[in-house]
Amino acid sequence: MASLVIAEHDNKVLKDATAKTVGAAAQISTPVHVLVAGSGCQAVADVASKLAGVEKILVADDAAYAKMTAEPMAKLILSLADKYDAILAPATTSGKNYLPRVAATLDVPQISEILKVVSADTFERPIYAGNAIATVQAGAFKKVITVRTTAFKPAEGAGSATVEKIAGAGDDGISKFMSEELSKSERPELTSAKIVISGGRGMQSGENFHLLDKIADKLHAAVGASRAAVDAGFVPNDYQVGQTGKVVAPDLYIAVGISGAIQHLAGMKDSKIIAAINKDEEAPIFQVADFGLVADLFKAIPEMDEELTKLGY
Amino acid sequence: MKVIVPVKRVIDYNVKVRVKADQSGVDLANVKMSMNPFDEISVEEAIRLKEKGKATEIIAVSIGPQQCSETIRTALAMGADRGILVKTDGEVEPLAVAKILKAICEAEQPGLVITGKQAIDDDSNQTGQMLAALLGWPQATFAHKLEMGDGKADIEREIDGGLQTVEVKLPAVMTTDLRLNEPRYASLPNIMKAKKKPIDEKTPADYGVDVTPRLKTLKVTEPPKRVAGIKVKTAAELIDKLKEAGAF
Repeated sequence: MASLVIAEHDNKVLKDATAKTVGAAAQISTPVHVLVAGSGCQAVADVASKLAGVEKILVADDAAYAKMTAEPMAKLILSLADKYDAILAPATTSGKNYLPRVAATLDVPQISEILKVVSADTFERPIYAGNAIATVQAGAFKKVITVRTTAFKPAEGAGSATVEKIAGAGDDGISKFMSEELSKSERPELTSAKIVISGGRGMQSGENFHLLDKIADKLHAAVGASRAAVDAGFVPNDYQVGQTGKVVAPDLYIAVGISGAIQHLAGMKDSKIIAAINKDEEAPIFQVADFGLVADLFKAIPEMDEELTKLGY
Repeated sequence: MKVIVPVKRVIDYNVKVRVKADQSGVDLANVKMSMNPFDEISVEEAIRLKEKGKATEIIAVSIGPQQCSETIRTALAMGADRGILVKTDGEVEPLAVAKILKAICEAEQPGLVITGKQAIDDDSNQTGQMLAALLGWPQATFAHKLEMGDGKADIEREIDGGLQTVEVKLPAVMTTDLRLNEPRYASLPNIMKAKKKPIDEKTPADYGVDVTPRLKTLKVTEPPKRVAGIKVKTAAELIDKLKEAGAF
């Protein structure tokens, strides 16, 4: 029949996650339509219409969708659901928030964070924080899917989708957006950064994380931490990479003074390249690292910094 | 106000999971099991509400085999008042869990359901949202801070890139994120006291819910293994190699 992809955006900018979700949708059911739900989001719809592999953009421009609140978003998606045999959203905090509401109302299971489309009804998804991969097959029902966007590529080429305005589906008024506080850091977010540099217990103090900040600024990297560093109070919880923290899969992960506990490895082992600096050559992190440097980090990090400066970073 | 807290028995987060040789699942035999870490945070938040006089009774619910009663006991030892064990063997998908919880909510009429944002075994991140949808209640996922008001709650949520506050009318479903609180350890006297707290035993059929899985797990495999790479001697060499590999 067709797939419906829910666009990820902030009413101004269409997020990269959308194109990747379209890439996944195109493997499941075509044509692919994209729903841009927002407030004052026409510019986003215009950009989305150029995505490769998309036939039609549906724009629901209504104050109810300004922050993509779960309750009105689910209502809107449900009002369109009949026409689609697959409904997909990126597995962002936004998609994870509204999509299970859609699945439950349709009385179908949701297939979370797919990594691969094996066939139109069969998918690979990570369980146990990626320590195992389950291949699951859906029955003859509507597929409601969130997509781990780091695992998919956007469809190639340029597109020219038609743009159709649609009416909102109303708001029950049971929840209300109050405020938000977005981090103003110049650095990218941990989960979408191309490079992540993380510190562990070996950093010895929170102040020493400034050593990592310097490298991060040069490489436009995000800064993370192991649970040991968070538990020791060096940095706040939102730095935590690991099974109970954030799961990241950047192009480059630099682990500094991190021994490599199972729970940490679960959160970063899908990174494309892993570099590790640790003074203990027996540290388990070296078993997963592409490049290992056995050294005192307090010597190695300033040296790296210097080297990057020399190279013009 | 009653608070319902679902608690799931999962492989302890410190255990390295092993995929079974026949690819039918992960090995659960003789593996340490614990309460899902996010559910511990839920129990803690419910207890804090009770301590502040905002909640009157905390009901811990677990769905699964008989051993889930141990998970309920853990919640009772932390400070929950009573338990409901919905006994069933085999896998129960989030939608079926949400249907059972819906029936329990209709019977108990809680003001708030607090679930973990996800279980660390199937990583679905669905149950709370599904329950809210089935009940027609509002939801606040990935909670970072909870403030109870009169017939409503202001909940600060962890979202990509920062924090967002939503106001939900009660009754509502809240799902917990890591930073909401730090769960307490049960004291020995409380562990002893918990043994006397009641646990009701039910089955999915008591709630008219069919828990037959809707998704078929064809196989469970190990993720591609990483092999240890090379050791470099200096920081400069590390930068060189990373550049060569196109890392930046």
